[in-house]
Amino acid sequence: MSLKSILEKYPPKREYLLEVLTDLDNTKENHYISEEELRVIAKHLDVSIGEVSGAMSFYTLLSQKPRGKYVVRVCNSVPCYLCDDFNVLKEMEHLLGVKVNETTMDGMFTLEQTACIGCCEKAPAISINHKVYGDLTPGKLKTILEKYRRDSK
Amino acid sequence: MSEKILLTARFDKVNPLSIDDYLSFNGYSALQKAVKMNREDIINEIKESRLTGRGGAAFPVHIKMSSVAREKGDKILICNADEGEPGNFKDRYLMEKDPHQVLEGMIISAFAVGATKAYIYIRGEYRNSIDIMKHAIEEARLHGFLGKSILETNQSLDIEIRRGCGAYVCGEEFALIESIEGKAGRTRVKPPYPTQKGAFNLPTLINNVETFANLPHIINMSGKKYSEIGSKNATGTKLISLSGNVKNKGLYEVEYGTTIRYVVEVLGKGPKNNRKIKMVQLGGASGPIIPEELLDMEIDNESFHIFNSKMASGAVIVMDDSHDLFDVIYRNMTFFAHESCGKCAPCREGHTQIVRLVKKFVNREASMKDYNSLKSLAHVIHESTLCGLGQTSPTSILSTIEYFPDEYMRKVAYRKERGF
Repeated sequence: MSLKSILEKYPPKREYLLEVLTDLDNTKENHYISEEELRVIAKHLDVSIGEVSGAMSFYTLLSQKPRGKYVVRVCNSVPCYLCDDFNVLKEMEHLLGVKVNETTMDGMFTLEQTACIGCCEKAPAISINHKVYGDLTPGKLKTILEKYRRDSK
Repeated sequence: MSEKILLTARFDKVNPLSIDDYLSFNGYSALQKAVKMNREDIINEIKESRLTGRGGAAFPVHIKMSSVAREKGDKILICNADEGEPGNFKDRYLMEKDPHQVLEGMIISAFAVGATKAYIYIRGEYRNSIDIMKHAIEEARLHGFLGKSILETNQSLDIEIRRGCGAYVCGEEFALIESIEGKAGRTRVKPPYPTQKGAFNLPTLINNVETFANLPHIINMSGKKYSEIGSKNATGTKLISLSGNVKNKGLYEVEYGTTIRYVVEVLGKGPKNNRKIKMVQLGGASGPIIPEELLDMEIDNESFHIFNSKMASGAVIVMDDSHDLFDVIYRNMTFFAHESCGKCAPCREGHTQIVRLVKKFVNREASMKDYNSLKSLAHVIHESTLCGLGQTSPTSILSTIEYFPDEYMRKVAYRKERGF
């Protein structure tokens, strides 16, 4: 879906800003919103670019910098920590070859940390583009990443 | 006192994508009953039920409802599904397993207070819940439970879903309202309260998902009957999100008055690998941490007053004796430092400093002076911040200073042993 058709879905009111941004983020391969797009949105909703950008930068699910095709989020809250016997984050860094907030060279994965994703009954858990994977083991992590690598070939 | 099935009765028996399933399990019968009652009578039933808010603060639901009902003109209804408190996942289950139960509760509330516009604010991470609720709203509209003149009355109601974008503080009512208006989720100064001036400056009734899910049951069985469930101090059932070091993590529904020990040891089957329970955090990252000896305490709002806290959200996070208290507190405090909206100084600056102090305890570098600073800073944040985030975030510190004084003193002693 193009930005134009997303904007047409909603009445031109400021209250739809986050809905527009979320829809746009979902359609973009590299999960970010460019300054140019922000300008178009600001004009459409009749608010200043500063206000749009200010509101957007408050929210961690949105980004103004390009990210990978798949955003991997490792939960760092206590319920996951308590059940994490092998250090999910370290294992993920090892498997992807990047540190937190970095993107792999091929532009495939961005590694992020996140607060609780509400899957504590399956701790430790991660999400990849909001799909949740729980009860993790090092082997399971490897299989999950292999699947994503295969699928995008 | 044990499990009582009310809110979870239809779980896994109905297809969440089928309104017909819901209807065949007595669905929307409470709404049929409510439309024939007048506004005061609905609120009166809720008053008799003594239902309290299930999101965190345990505020009596009927008080909020009657103050919105008293207001004139357009009114807004909001369902708070921004379940971001670490350790909680009950609202996700309610939305994904029985979405119409939540909608029915919302529609009944709209009748009771005269609201014509409603929002469900769901955290962006819950993609599944968002899709299921969207589908449920469509089905309810096709069946005449939403839209214009609901069930041939002159009440109309539209429900819109708003997706959060990853900010814990948006679970706070005014931050959520700001976010619905398309702004950064920064709280407002109270009063006026949302019941007077909420979303778009209109009177707004805002309740948690679980609170709404209780309403159809109250209308169906009568407030008086409902008030017989539970304990002396708190009525009804409570959804418990059980996590951490237990064999059976998961969602449980228990009557108020059930002990925490029953939840942890009978339902959760206790810790793995023959470990012992060291501590349990209640309510989530912003709740008290209590020692094993206090597990016989009942789940009930009154007994939690000793921590200046309430059991309302229902998270139970169990930690075994392989974990260090300060690792847990450190994680909680970095979380709050990250999630502070930055509007008020005690929260913005306070959490940065509190993280620095707790880190010293983790590293065994803390002195008695650090201990005193930590204690006083925790009180300052608790007492002087604008919203619920800062008012509750130091609870894990304040409660452990009381219940685990030895742990603090042991860390302070390390530094002395090493002679610096």
